[in-house]
Amino acid sequence: MSALANSAAPPQPGCTDAPVLRERGQREVFCGLTGIIWLHRKIQDAFFLIVGSRTCAHLMQSAAGVMIFAEPRFATAIIEERDLAGMADANEELDRVVTQLLERRPDIRLLFLVGSCPSEVIKLDLSRAAQRLNTSFAPRTRILNYSGSGIETTFTQGEDACLAAVVPELAQAPTDAAPSLLVVGALADIVEDQFRRLFADLGIPVDFLPPRSSQELPAVGPNTRYLLAQPFLGDTSKALERRGAERLTAPFPFGAEGTTEWLRAAAEAFSVDTQRFETVTAMGRERAKRALARYQEELAGKSIFFFPDSQLEVPLARFLSRELSMKLTEVGTPYLHRQNLAAELALLPEGTTLSEGQDVDKQLDRARAARPDLTVCGLGLANPLEAEGLRTKWAIELVFTPIHGYEQAGDLAELFCRPLMRAERLEV
Amino acid sequence: MQLTVWTYEGPPHVGAMRIATAMEGVHYVLHAPQGDTYADLLFTMIERRDKRPPVTYTTFEARDLGADTAEIFKTAAREAYERFKPEAMLVGASCTAELIQDDPGGLAKALDLPLPVVPLELPSYQRKENWGASETFYHMVRALASPHAPPPGSERPARDPARRPRCNLLGPTALGFRHRDDVAEVTRLLDRLGVDVAVTAPLGARPADLARLGEADFNVVLYPEIAATAARWLERTFRQKATKTVPIGVGATIDFVNEVAELAGVDPTPVLAGAHSRLPWYSRSVDSTYLTGKRVFIFGDATHAMAAARIADKELGYKVVGLGTYSREFARELRTAAEAYGVEALITDDYLEVEAKVAELQPELVLGTQMERHIAKRLRIPCAVISAPVHVQDFPARYSPQMGFEGANVIFDTFVHPLMMGLEEHLIGMFRGDFEFHDEAQPSHLGHGAAPSPSPTQIKDAEPEKAQLALVSKEIAWAAEAEQELKKIPFFVRGKARRNTERFAEERGLSTITVETLYDAKAHFGR
Repeated sequence: MSALANSAAPPQPGCTDAPVLRERGQREVFCGLTGIIWLHRKIQDAFFLIVGSRTCAHLMQSAAGVMIFAEPRFATAIIEERDLAGMADANEELDRVVTQLLERRPDIRLLFLVGSCPSEVIKLDLSRAAQRLNTSFAPRTRILNYSGSGIETTFTQGEDACLAAVVPELAQAPTDAAPSLLVVGALADIVEDQFRRLFADLGIPVDFLPPRSSQELPAVGPNTRYLLAQPFLGDTSKALERRGAERLTAPFPFGAEGTTEWLRAAAEAFSVDTQRFETVTAMGRERAKRALARYQEELAGKSIFFFPDSQLEVPLARFLSRELSMKLTEVGTPYLHRQNLAAELALLPEGTTLSEGQDVDKQLDRARAARPDLTVCGLGLANPLEAEGLRTKWAIELVFTPIHGYEQAGDLAELFCRPLMRAERLEV
Repeated sequence: MQLTVWTYEGPPHVGAMRIATAMEGVHYVLHAPQGDTYADLLFTMIERRDKRPPVTYTTFEARDLGADTAEIFKTAAREAYERFKPEAMLVGASCTAELIQDDPGGLAKALDLPLPVVPLELPSYQRKENWGASETFYHMVRALASPHAPPPGSERPARDPARRPRCNLLGPTALGFRHRDDVAEVTRLLDRLGVDVAVTAPLGARPADLARLGEADFNVVLYPEIAATAARWLERTFRQKATKTVPIGVGATIDFVNEVAELAGVDPTPVLAGAHSRLPWYSRSVDSTYLTGKRVFIFGDATHAMAAARIADKELGYKVVGLGTYSREFARELRTAAEAYGVEALITDDYLEVEAKVAELQPELVLGTQMERHIAKRLRIPCAVISAPVHVQDFPARYSPQMGFEGANVIFDTFVHPLMMGLEEHLIGMFRGDFEFHDEAQPSHLGHGAAPSPSPTQIKDAEPEKAQLALVSKEIAWAAEAEQELKKIPFFVRGKARRNTERFAEERGLSTITVETLYDAKAHFGR
């Protein structure tokens, strides 16, 4: 199976060297703008202004409209025909819209100008616009920019682009600062609190990026060790490393095993005593295993197929195969970051079919041929596949639900179990 | 640039998707960047369709821009043809593809595929969803029906008296507000009149059905926003007359029946004699008396807004205090309608402008779209949905037409349900201090949700009264006892009372509003 069977290197565990099916073609995925839907709730004094077309505004309200009845902390500056006529004009228009917005919402402390496909194709320079606007509105409101366009980013990469834009804003930690830990990736508040308690019990000083308010940005420097809580943060990692931060390699904190290994990476980096680590993690690990046992019977031996969506696919496949004994048919991901996923790939069962990118019709043919017990896919595919008799788990929910850490391990398993249980329960 | 919190319509290519998805045997190849496939879930989730929309997106990425995006389009079109074998193909661009100018129409032509290919020119930065749907439908009809057109200037041959008259139903699409059940209701109504439906389009039609549109005796335009343009072309080309009345409401349905009877040469009397909508009796029964003069603000697409205004005014006895639409193409018709109710028409696609108008008018009921739900919820005004854009709850499982006599039944229930019921309204007016049934609580028949607590970041969402009721004039102050007295007025009319009193004081140059002023104003303005 291994593509490197005759190479001189010793064979690596799991799927470290596994071949990856790379496909180009129609991709049924979200663009990075959708990251705004959870980021605007996480960072409470931030506002996200998309500079784009009516399509961008329409995407945002289609994806979020059902949930958001109050005025959300995002909006779109819709490019009109006259803006396409001349660049200087578009910049003046943008200044006018930002002024109008900040008058309307004086509570905003951090404003993101978010690039879209149209703004990038017409080469509207939003980074310069942000600099220009900062001269008027800083320090009261800081203005940053990143791209959430579909031509540059897929779904969760929008968060990556956003956080990477925040990294240069972080204060420089003094060179003689005590080592501290930075956990990177937007987590549900309850999960963040659980991790805070665990790190406190381990005696590790910790900060989170993004924080809940732009006024609480952590400092970063050569004594910062960082742990990714999400697998899709490649650019943010690079930006942190440029600031001197050092990365801790670990699988992602899904399930009992993933969470333990993730915490262990931090514990080892901060020389936490083994005994102490065992004591601190024992309870959570035990609870997670007990919660998972409830779903073992339903999920063990069932086959699962992942369509690409969020880059959470590989860690979740690892969790489902190792902790719930599910069979992996194909694990598709929009991007496979070998470095980010090194620890994950090593834990995947050998022979797993990995795919990167998508040609959606061909992938649908493969899913139909495999007839998996459960298919993880987006909302554009879920109901049509259900109508074809395949049980599905819609993928976006995995980004909108607390699933990290010990206390959520059972909830995570339940998300996959629910469609199967439902299918058994319904009689009509 | 336009600052947009919510948009009433999607871009025009979403309109084109609504036509392609409504039809059978049609495929749409859309030149669009990665991510624009979000539109699929409008159909699979909101409308709960069990098939993927028949749309192939090229989903180009940044790395493709340096290379040949035209080649990507050609490959996508060729592969879509081979895989799906459609009977007709639509090709077009989304807003981003429009900027890179690859000319999908020309590229598709060069492929020389063995089927009708209809190129779409939809200017994304000027036009919107309904226009895109209308334009797409018109071009489809034109491309497929033209070959069967009689020579210009020829008369329509007389109908064979041996067969029943037949018409086409034009306008229902995918993702249309209640289109599914409207079609069923109108088809049944026409059948009772002795009129057959030849083709319903685009919903459920195949390209071959569009080719035979000219065979019907006349056209029924259910949704002018979608089908008026196509109907005008059919009238020019095939001499088919088209209906003008949209049968939403009892009165409009009766007018529609008479209009169809005229066009078809049938007798409407049996149908009208048996017209069994319950709305007229429900509206005349004494429990509806308290609905008289309820102040209602109406906004939506032009067709539904104008229909709702007629129902509100003539069939339920409400008072229309505001009427507006985001359908700029129908601004003139709506202005004329608004004049009849003595209100100024609001023609805008700016949600913030609509919000300001609702806050200013202080209606007791809002009839609008999903967006007006947001506004009404924030201002704590009862609201019912009458028009797209709508969300998943307005694609219900149950039979819920808006059109015809059954549609009027559905509408009666819908337009009355959000209001506080009569007896409760009286008791709230009489006894102010009840710990359970106070006027800040929502009507008890809607369950006992406490008023939503404002979040600190929602600056404008604080105490709704304060948020929306800036003093008309900074010069006027309320005396404490007058403020107390104002609070004794039921919540749903309090905003109006406050505004009237302040205007009254301002007109008379008063600097302080006393209890006397409040009652002087009440006597002056009436309810």
